[in-house]
Order: sequence, then structure tokens, then C-alpha cells
Amino acid sequence: MSSNIVLEVSDLNKSFSGITAAHNLNVSIKKGEIVGIIGANGAGKTVFVNMITGYLKPTSGKIEFLGSDITGIEPRDATHIGLCRSFQISQVFMTMTVKENLMIAMSLAKKSGNKLLKPFQDEVISNECDKILDLYKIKDQKDLTVSTLSQGIRKLLDISMAVVGNPKVILLDEPTSGVSVEEKFGIMDIVISALKQTGTSVLFVEHDMEIVERYVDRVIAFYQGEIICDAPPKEALSNEKVIEYVLGH
Amino acid sequence: MFKDIFKDTSVRILITFMVVLCVSASLVLPEWMQNNFLYGLSRGLAVLGLMLLWRTNLISFGHALYYGFGAYAVALSQKYFGITDILLRFAIAVIAAGVLGFMLGFILKKYREIFFAMLSLAFSMVLYGLLAKAEFLGSTDGMSISPSTLLGMELTREYLLFLIAFFVICTAVSIQAYLRSTLGHLTTAISDNEIRVEYLGFSVEKAIHIKYVISACLAGGAGGLMAASLGQVDPDSMVNWNVSGELVFITIMSGSGNILAPFIGAIVFEFIRTYAFEWAPQAWQMIVGGTLLAIIFFFPGGIWSVLEKIFNQGKKKNVK
Repeated sequence: MSSNIVLEVSDLNKSFSGITAAHNLNVSIKKGEIVGIIGANGAGKTVFVNMITGYLKPTSGKIEFLGSDITGIEPRDATHIGLCRSFQISQVFMTMTVKENLMIAMSLAKKSGNKLLKPFQDEVISNECDKILDLYKIKDQKDLTVSTLSQGIRKLLDISMAVVGNPKVILLDEPTSGVSVEEKFGIMDIVISALKQTGTSVLFVEHDMEIVERYVDRVIAFYQGEIICDAPPKEALSNEKVIEYVLGH
Repeated sequence: MFKDIFKDTSVRILITFMVVLCVSASLVLPEWMQNNFLYGLSRGLAVLGLMLLWRTNLISFGHALYYGFGAYAVALSQKYFGITDILLRFAIAVIAAGVLGFMLGFILKKYREIFFAMLSLAFSMVLYGLLAKAEFLGSTDGMSISPSTLLGMELTREYLLFLIAFFVICTAVSIQAYLRSTLGHLTTAISDNEIRVEYLGFSVEKAIHIKYVISACLAGGAGGLMAASLGQVDPDSMVNWNVSGELVFITIMSGSGNILAPFIGAIVFEFIRTYAFEWAPQAWQMIVGGTLLAIIFFFPGGIWSVLEKIFNQGKKKNVK
């Protein structure tokens, strides 16, 4: 594995009761690279993300992260080693405020063992959370209960919760799904510029080709559980197979 | 963990309540009322344990398992080792129930909702069956317990009430410190979204296991104190399913808003039961059931929500 590669997936397969959801996937992600994963519904994009982050165990194959084999890792262990994710449907604590959500994420990232018994209200953690809320432009909503907020704010919160531990790689599952057309570029501008500042590698699943073209360094296209194209955006989006099976033209 | 804990409003209210209760009970109230306070405070500890689980959306229909286990641990420690010291009795009951909770927690931490509730009930009924059949434990007649002592001196009812109130304060303050901690805050987080907690790097099962053991310790301690107060343990009044039902009943009646709520709820329950039995010996359960229905319909947040409303209205009036 080259020293520049942070994540490498080799011959990864996943089947559910005989139905193949992922077939011989081979992908490597470089440090600081932004990769878009595209494909029609059911193409295997989320299965791929779920296998890398430990939500699903692969049937066979190998996942290496910073040179270590992490195949079949538990989700919480993936987080500990710096492999984090956000979700298609924002996974946040709906009955808490925005700040409380982020403070829980930050506390778990910074504390372990007996330190978890220290009071939750901590000035240092609170200040760090304020910085992140500022970076993700959700500071104005910090005292509002999440259930009262728009999908766009929830998405930003979901992503900001995933990055508090300074991950090496972050996987964003459809970061603009359910978000209004007016909000989507604003959200992606905030997220990508924040992640570029920390040099985090980003893999994001996306249906919106405008977003893909604008933000990614590389596109991986999925069709029926297989990778049909892995190339820079212009090349990938003009690829015949991608046009036929993904874009549907 | 305990940093600035005595600046916490809930802790201050709890301590004030306990001091007022103990002083008034020992100076002016009749013995039957003192008994109700003794039983209410003891049982309140088990309800506090259930309240902790409830905050994670877990309801145990079998907490009498630990309640009874703690009580029988006290009885056995007296039978085989002659232990009557109240401090030791409390410690033995808490540790015995904690160990049992730790072992069963490995199974229960994997279950949620009705499966968690019914599995808890099943375990408690296994213990009930064993106790009812075990002749060396007095079978269905149970075992008697001699009055508690403290450093060799026999305790009067008033002193026992003071000591139980002291145990309650120590335990409830510790629980409040836990709830204020990051681990305690996971309580609400887990009930909101287990997936997110896992992806933040913490094991949900571990958090539930910890909480379950704490809850078992509280129920065990409650059983131990109840046994010391009653002077008797037997399967029907300590481990049977209706005892678990009563604990769940009091939890719902109390509400989960504050650490003091379970103790107020448990004391109110003792009084409702006493008066219901006095007025309608053949139909007292109907009065108790009707009370619970009224609370669910009119005050779904429990007694504590009513007290909170009254307190908040008072504050608003003062501001005006």
C-alpha cells in the first residue's frame, strides 16, 4: 500500500441470501482526496459504504485502513481509528438541542474510561463545539431542539458530529438528499471547505450530478454491485456505461 | 464526578425534603406514618433504578428479582453469619443484586422493548419458583429478620428512618452525579438514536449493561432496606410478579423528571394503598388502579410534572 493511500478495498463481495449486492470491488482512496460515488438505486453504493464503516460484514474480500486490515470492524471501532460517516437520513438526537448533540459527539471523541463520569457540561468542550458550529454555520441554531429544524440543518449537524474526532476518512451518504435545491450548494460549500481545511479524505454517495461535477476529484460509478467506472469527473460522466446505466440517457 | 454536585438544585431539593421528612416524622407523626415513610423511601430506591432504565426506553417487568435477591441476601447473611448491622445489610444487598444484575445483564443488554420487559419478568419468576420450593429458605413462609443494629446498638424506628434517609441521599446524589456525566447523558442519547451512539464510538450495549447493573444495585438495596424495615422476607411480598408490577406502577406514577420523583411517588403509593385498604378492604386494588389511570390520563408526566407546574407557576407569580 502506497504511503499516500489511506483506504484500500480489495476484492470485496457481499451477498444477501444468494443475491449479490457487491461484486469484486477494488478501490483505493488517497489522503485528502474527494471521491463521488454514483449509481442508480440498488446499485450497491450504500452497501459499499456500510461495509467500510462496519454496519455490514463483507462476505469476502479485504478492507485496509492506513495499512491495517479492518475487514468486519465494529462501527464504534471504525470511529475510533478515524473512519467516520454521516447518513442518508440524518442520525441525530432529535429531542436534544444542536449544541447538546455536538457536545455528546465531542465528549465521546475526547473522553474515555473514567473521564466519561466527569460532568457533561465542560467549558473546554463547549468552546470547541462552538468553533465547529461556527465552521458549519449552525451556531445560530445551537439552542434549538433538532426536531424543530430543517433537513439542511440536520444534515450539517449530522456531518459535524461525524467530524469532531478529526477523522482521516469520512463517508457521506447522500449529504444533500432531502435538502431543498436552494440549500444544497450552500451545504456542500460549507462541508467541503471545512473538510479540506483538515485534509480529510471524503467519499460521498450522491445522485445529483451537478454536485458531483462541482466538488469531486474522482468518480466511482456503480451498477448492479459492480464498479463500472473509476475516473475523474469529466471522463466518468461522459463514459458510455455511466451514461447508459447511471445517468439513464 | 461529584464536582459542584451540592450546587445542583435537584440535590438541594432532595436533601431538604429528606431532612424535613425525617424531622417531622420523628417528632410529630404517628408510628403508622413513620412506617409508610420507611417503606416508601426503601421502595423508592428500586423505583429510582427503574426510572434510570425508563430514560433509555427500557421497562423491566421483573425488577422484583433484585429487590427480592437483596432482601434474601440480608436474611441469609443473618442466618449464616449473624449480620444485623444496617450498614453491612445495605452493602450486602447492593453487592448481591449488583453481581446478579451484572451476570444477567450480558443477556438482557441485547434486548429492547417488550422482549426486555418480558425476559426480566421470566428471570424474576424463576427466582420466585426457586424460593417458593426451597425449604431451607423457609419456602412460601419465608424467613424472619431480627431488628437492625448500628455498631452493636439496636435501632429504634426513628433512627432506622434517619439512616434509610441517609442511604437514600447518598445513593440519589450519586445517581444525579451519574446523570450529569457524559455517560449519564448517553441515557437520553441512546433512547433517541442507538445507531448514532455506536457511530460516535461508544457501545450501546455497554452503556445499557452499566445502567442495568446500577439499576439492579438500587433494587437490591431497596429490598435489603425493606427487609430490615419489615423484619420478614418471603417470596410473595418480595419476588412475585405483582411486586415488579407495583414498582413499574410507582415509576409511571412518579414520572422520570427528577431524582426525588421516585421517593415522592413511592411514599404517595404507600399512603394511597393504606387509605384504600382502610376504606375498601375488598376493593382497594380498584382505587389504586383508578389512581394510576387518572395519572396516565391527566398527568402523563407523573406526579413530578404536577409539582414542576406548581413550582413554575409560583416562580412566575414571584417574578410579576
